[in-house]
Amino acid sequence: MPFRRLLVTLAAALALAGGAVAGEAQVAVAANFAAPAKRIAEAFARATGHQATLVTGSTGKFHAQIVNGAPFDVLLSADDETPAKLEQAGHAQAGTRFTYAVGRLVLWSANPGVVDGEGAVLKRGDFRHLAIANPKLAPYGQAAIETLAALGLTDSLRPRFVLGENIAQTHQFAASGNAELGFVALAQVAKNGRIADGSGWIVPAHLHRPIRQDAVLLARGRDNAAAKAFLGWLQGDDAKATIRSFGYDLP
Amino acid sequence: MPLTTADLAAIWLTLKLATLTTGVLLLVGTPLAWWLARTGSRWKGAVGAVVALPLVLPPTVLGFYLLVALGPAGPLGKLTQAAGLGTLPFTFAGLVVASCLYSLPFVVQPLQNAFAAIPERLLEAAATLRAAPLDAFFHVAVPLARPGFLTAAVLGFAHTVGEFGVVLMIGGNIPEKTRVVSVQIYDHVEALEYAQAHWLAGGMLLFSFVVLFALYTLNPATRRQT
Repeated sequence: MPFRRLLVTLAAALALAGGAVAGEAQVAVAANFAAPAKRIAEAFARATGHQATLVTGSTGKFHAQIVNGAPFDVLLSADDETPAKLEQAGHAQAGTRFTYAVGRLVLWSANPGVVDGEGAVLKRGDFRHLAIANPKLAPYGQAAIETLAALGLTDSLRPRFVLGENIAQTHQFAASGNAELGFVALAQVAKNGRIADGSGWIVPAHLHRPIRQDAVLLARGRDNAAAKAFLGWLQGDDAKATIRSFGYDLP
Repeated sequence: MPLTTADLAAIWLTLKLATLTTGVLLLVGTPLAWWLARTGSRWKGAVGAVVALPLVLPPTVLGFYLLVALGPAGPLGKLTQAAGLGTLPFTFAGLVVASCLYSLPFVVQPLQNAFAAIPERLLEAAATLRAAPLDAFFHVAVPLARPGFLTAAVLGFAHTVGEFGVVLMIGGNIPEKTRVVSVQIYDHVEALEYAQAHWLAGGMLLFSFVVLFALYTLNPATRRQT
């Protein structure tokens, strides 16, 4: 009976895998944090033997998926509202939320010499399109709108907005040159905290509310040792150094 | 009314886009389908494959390449700029161009099949009666291929209404210019406005079913097949 033998083998393999010290956690990661999360997960695996499997996507989509039973243990959100909402609805463990990174907004152009150090290019207005992330969906888009409001430019520039579905698409609009300017994440255009190519203005933090990105342990990961260990690792010095090197602030 | 003015604007824009796209595709697709159905050229395979590409490519691939190609540094973007049209991404015209490419096989393939099914001897008979090729095309081929035209138009229209990945990339989500229904639904879902998403999404589902149901019940070509 080959089928039964297969089952037995499978069961044995599962028992071996489950019995080993190393656990596995499914981590849903906001797309803007994909690169640092990968680096952190690698260091985490080396140090603890646990595996953190990363799934990247948009926070709004993750919310819909988690509410409908998606197999995630941890959420690294792009905002601070979604984890709170999940906790209220019982999909996340109370008391496990914390801010793992604070995003920095940059006014950026793929061409050097376009954006000056004070963002005066916005007032000059010699551009056709300004790419921002959809403020209804993305915290970076909301921060961009707040910045424009603080500068008194929202209404005059609104006709030039093109909205990216998320900050990744917004960056694509600007990087391909289709939008001369874009409000993107520093993490997308920075190497070691400095803007690597094109030209940009790192928007002063007081012009918008901080872009807090929160992490939370999801209900499914309640008893998952690897998931809890990953959240602990995320708050450690090694992970913090990585997060900073990618252009994020820390709370 | 559970639909907001923004929802209605998106619906109107979608209908406008789908109508225009279908019109353009019938004009461009008819000669292309005729050529594909009749030619013995060694290019037939290559052209047919290019026409069918949007069937198998993920819309994001198409959208991404269109964004790059139509952008200021892309070959097509340089062409449109030289022609004084500026660049097409983030404009309604850009959406029409992208939708035409995206829905091309849905219009060309039914037409090609319909043309291929026309017996050669009918066209030869028309020719012996001194009908010019164009004359024969309009008075013999087109009437015989009418079910093909109906299928092509309905599928082209419906497929454009259902398009998402390409318009998201090329459109830039601008209200009343490039924010179509599928993008509006996506925004509602992403913003956790599930009730509003349901109204639009349910409407879309109903629309698509009714259109396809009508096509499969009324069209003699598809009725015979089933």
